[in-house]
Amino acid sequence: MLLLHLARKSLTNRLLTTSLTALSIAFSVALLVGVENVRTGMRESFSNTVSGTDLVVGSRGGTIQLMLYAVFGMGSPVANISHDTWKTWDEHPAVSWTIPYALGDSHRGFRVIGTNDSFYEHYKYRGGQLIALAEGRPAKTVFDVVLGSQVAERLGYELGERISVTHGMSAVGFMNHDEMPFEVVGVLEQTFTPVDRAIYVTLEGVTAIHMGWESGGPPMPGDEVSAEDVLAMDEVPVSQITSFFLGAESRAYTLQLQRDISTTEDEPLTAVIPGLALSEMWRGIGYAEDGLLVISGFVVLVGLLGMLVSIYTSLDARRREMAILRALGAGPRRIVSLLVLEAGALSAFGALLGVLFVYAGLAALQPWLEGQFGLQVPIQALDGVQLMYIGAVIVLGFVAGLVPAIKAYRTALHDGLSVRV
Amino acid sequence: MVIETPNCIDARDLTFAYAKGPPVLDIPRLTIRSGERVFLYGPSGSGKTTLLGLIAGVLNPPPGALSVLGHDIGGLSSAARDRFRASHIGYVFQMFNLIPYLNVRDNIALPVRINAERKKRLTSGLNEAIASAASDLGIEHLLDEQVTRLSVGQQQRVAAARAILGAPELIIADEPTSSLDANRRHAFLELLFANVAEAGSTLLFVSHDLGLADQFDRSLSLPELNRAGE
Repeated sequence: MLLLHLARKSLTNRLLTTSLTALSIAFSVALLVGVENVRTGMRESFSNTVSGTDLVVGSRGGTIQLMLYAVFGMGSPVANISHDTWKTWDEHPAVSWTIPYALGDSHRGFRVIGTNDSFYEHYKYRGGQLIALAEGRPAKTVFDVVLGSQVAERLGYELGERISVTHGMSAVGFMNHDEMPFEVVGVLEQTFTPVDRAIYVTLEGVTAIHMGWESGGPPMPGDEVSAEDVLAMDEVPVSQITSFFLGAESRAYTLQLQRDISTTEDEPLTAVIPGLALSEMWRGIGYAEDGLLVISGFVVLVGLLGMLVSIYTSLDARRREMAILRALGAGPRRIVSLLVLEAGALSAFGALLGVLFVYAGLAALQPWLEGQFGLQVPIQALDGVQLMYIGAVIVLGFVAGLVPAIKAYRTALHDGLSVRV
Repeated sequence: MVIETPNCIDARDLTFAYAKGPPVLDIPRLTIRSGERVFLYGPSGSGKTTLLGLIAGVLNPPPGALSVLGHDIGGLSSAARDRFRASHIGYVFQMFNLIPYLNVRDNIALPVRINAERKKRLTSGLNEAIASAASDLGIEHLLDEQVTRLSVGQQQRVAAARAILGAPELIIADEPTSSLDANRRHAFLELLFANVAEAGSTLLFVSHDLGLADQFDRSLSLPELNRAGE
């Protein structure tokens, strides 16, 4: 009890150094635990880019490539899927719904995706949240356009704005489809997924863009199709899409469907289970999170070194105090225990403070992180790994106290008593 | 090893040198009887503090050369010396050596709380013993003060109270009066003598101020005892 009393008095006596040391440990621990939380959040956010979809289907090719162009809007498909093949699968008895995607065009650097009503009804992300319209309505007619939230924000478009669409993916194409007067009819809610960075039109709209371009270049004079011509048509014929998302009637059909789609003889197709593909992709790019972990490990090390230094330097000032305690009969075990207790208490207090920082920081920053980076960092109880980190910090704190403690005991007697004040 | 002797301190051929240095002390014979009040004087650098350090077991004397209260100090381990000192010796340091972050009461209580044997020797409860020692030395109103707020004279009396609490057999005082003026010096000595007499302790008092010598039973000149440096 005497030890506790002395340790408490001595720590509070050096309140400034003590609190600075505790603070530096707290920050290291907060960083370590915080990074662990962000890691989890990143992984969760990534694997929830698309959810509720059982299969993503595209022309025969690599699964990663398919995920990239269909889900992340990166790269381009190798080949298209015929409208009829898609319809076959859409009407398959084991299939509940499909969302067709017709890719390949852009507007000022943002992808234009041709799709249908099914997109607004079935596309889910982040643990089953449906996409929703912030304003306006879904694209219904051939020249209707719905903007992802980031597109609307960047380009500053409002409902009723007329835009043109570029054939191909370059930001400023020389083959502008200027003659096609698309009109913004809706803006999607923010999803923090690639959905925010795309422009949605109907399948018919994508077909209309390409009318007269069948030869692969701009229409010859006299072959131009005007907006009036398109609007005058009874039905705009859709012949191709690039990929589709598929929801099965039951999860149980997923594997069978995947096999059937991949082996169908009509057209070479690839079907991917998005959850599996996403975690496979995360394993590929997840080494970044290991980097984060290593860095925060070093931060903790620096924090502990800081504590060691501050205990060590304070020892010089406390040499006399240690000598007095020894002169009054405190044996080596007591002197060492006192210093180790102080160091341990400091690091334990620092670690506790650090955990508090993390939770306070998360509570304060969670909406901002989500709004700014689309990062959902969960506020949850510490998991085993985090508890292990914190335990390690506290144990290291005790060990860090041991080194100066032994030195203190060694030097305590012979020079301590002759120190002049 | 316990040596049967009526002497409180018994040194024979006691030599001591700090690491690699020349011998600082070489004392053929020094005895102090139990209950004696001895004044030890000598100029600065004559080895006074070194001799006290050896007697208190702060420094490590050669085995067999120094017996204190029947214990061969040189034969004890460093931890055993710490324990021995805490149980049997009250030490009033030259620099008082109070713990700055403890209040007066905690400072006085420290040796008794560190050492169980010293605590056993208390005739009353710890708080009463502290109160009584404090009132003997006229600092009973200061018990809850921080020691850093006290005057030099008050700090000196706190150090003395700490040394006499639990009536150790031997009280060593290393120039405790050097920072006091003549009047206070006299008053402090009287208080110290009264307490030593009451506890039946041996007192070894070190100073370079020969004017105090006649108040003691016996005076020893360290330069005369010490052959080192001759």
